[in-house]
Amino acid sequence: MRLSATDLACRRGGRDVFAGVSFSVASGESLTIRGRNGAGKSSLLRMVAGLVRVAGGQLSLEGGDPELTLGEQAHYLGHLDALKPSLSVEENLRFWSAFLGAAASDLSEPLRAVGLDTLSDLPAAYLSAGQRRRLSIARLLTVKRPLWLLDEPTSTLDAAAQARLGEIMKAHLAGGGIILAATHGPLQLDGARELNLDGAAAPRAAMEMSA
Amino acid sequence: MTSLAAILIRDMRIAVRVGGGAMMGVLFFLVVVTLIPFALGPDLALLKRIGPAILWLAALLASLLALDRLFVADHDDGSLDLILMGRAPLEIVVAAKGLAHWLTTGLPLVIAAPLIGLFLNLDAPAAGALVLTLLVGTPALTFIGLIGAAIAVTLRRGGLLLAVLVLPLTVPVLIFGVAAANAAVIGPIPFGTPFTTLCALTLASLVVGPFAAAAALRQEME
Repeated sequence: MRLSATDLACRRGGRDVFAGVSFSVASGESLTIRGRNGAGKSSLLRMVAGLVRVAGGQLSLEGGDPELTLGEQAHYLGHLDALKPSLSVEENLRFWSAFLGAAASDLSEPLRAVGLDTLSDLPAAYLSAGQRRRLSIARLLTVKRPLWLLDEPTSTLDAAAQARLGEIMKAHLAGGGIILAATHGPLQLDGARELNLDGAAAPRAAMEMSA
Repeated sequence: MTSLAAILIRDMRIAVRVGGGAMMGVLFFLVVVTLIPFALGPDLALLKRIGPAILWLAALLASLLALDRLFVADHDDGSLDLILMGRAPLEIVVAAKGLAHWLTTGLPLVIAAPLIGLFLNLDAPAAGALVLTLLVGTPALTFIGLIGAAIAVTLRRGGLLLAVLVLPLTVPVLIFGVAAANAAVIGPIPFGTPFTTLCALTLASLVVGPFAAAAALRQEME
């Protein structure tokens, strides 16, 4: 399986964010996306997820399911945790695992992997920011998707949880998965390739220059 | 199918928990209808004549109450992104959310209506006819409301816009709902004529609502 992007361009709110971005990631590989604030790291991930329109260029997943869109074969971990405060830890996770089409209903394994198994009855409203993030990471473990799109996955995580996330990502790569991660900090991944978006800033349109 | 059951169960669970707003609709309904006799005075004949209209208006406003949060809540916490990425068709997901909304706000109104009808001097046959029109008509209110709720997702103060967008669209439902209820209470037209039109309006909104709302959601996520 190989995720390829050729000459991708992104346009949001009438402003060109980046252009001419190309990369290729194969099974078992990860790509770390770097760049200053506003360089388009999150936009690139959302574009792969199908949540932002591709303004130019091509995106394809060779060896993927041709019946499904890219987003349907991906897990997306965004800035927001997609948790309902009035539901318990387990209810939140059970909803996402059922919605995403998990076959098995045993949630103790994913909860243990992120260290939340003792809090499964607690309403998500009482979780700390780091615990909320860990609960969203558990979502990635309930259903198997080849492509993981992680936006600042380590923000709000403490050192132990970051190490745990590193293990989870390594296991995903070892199973033939692909990881795209946007981050400023270090990720606990060996041999991660990097894509820097700073050089991909789109040239300002002529009209804007004269205005 | 599990995706849809998951959405339905989750939304109903959230609605009945603290701060969920399932009971808000019924309480609002109760308060509005209770206030009318105080304002109009104890003219039983008058109350009986305008009772169905009052109950319908109150039901219309009550079913709009929790509607503005329907998609906004999912948008604000990032759930909507994952729902859009999911393999379940968005139209069906939207319909499942609409069904959950109706079961938690519309259905309680229908159940409370005969009791509240007592305040408005409605006798048993009239209350029965009214319940029947509300049972058939309130799903239309919810599913027409879905469109407004989806359009208002990314806007601040979307609740106000929702009312402005949705209320004009509900006018036909209101006309035929009240006409059917009145036909049963005072005549002279047969109950069946406006009632079958009401059924038709509901069936149309059950189909059009989810498609229009899903299209609006897709458009806004760009």
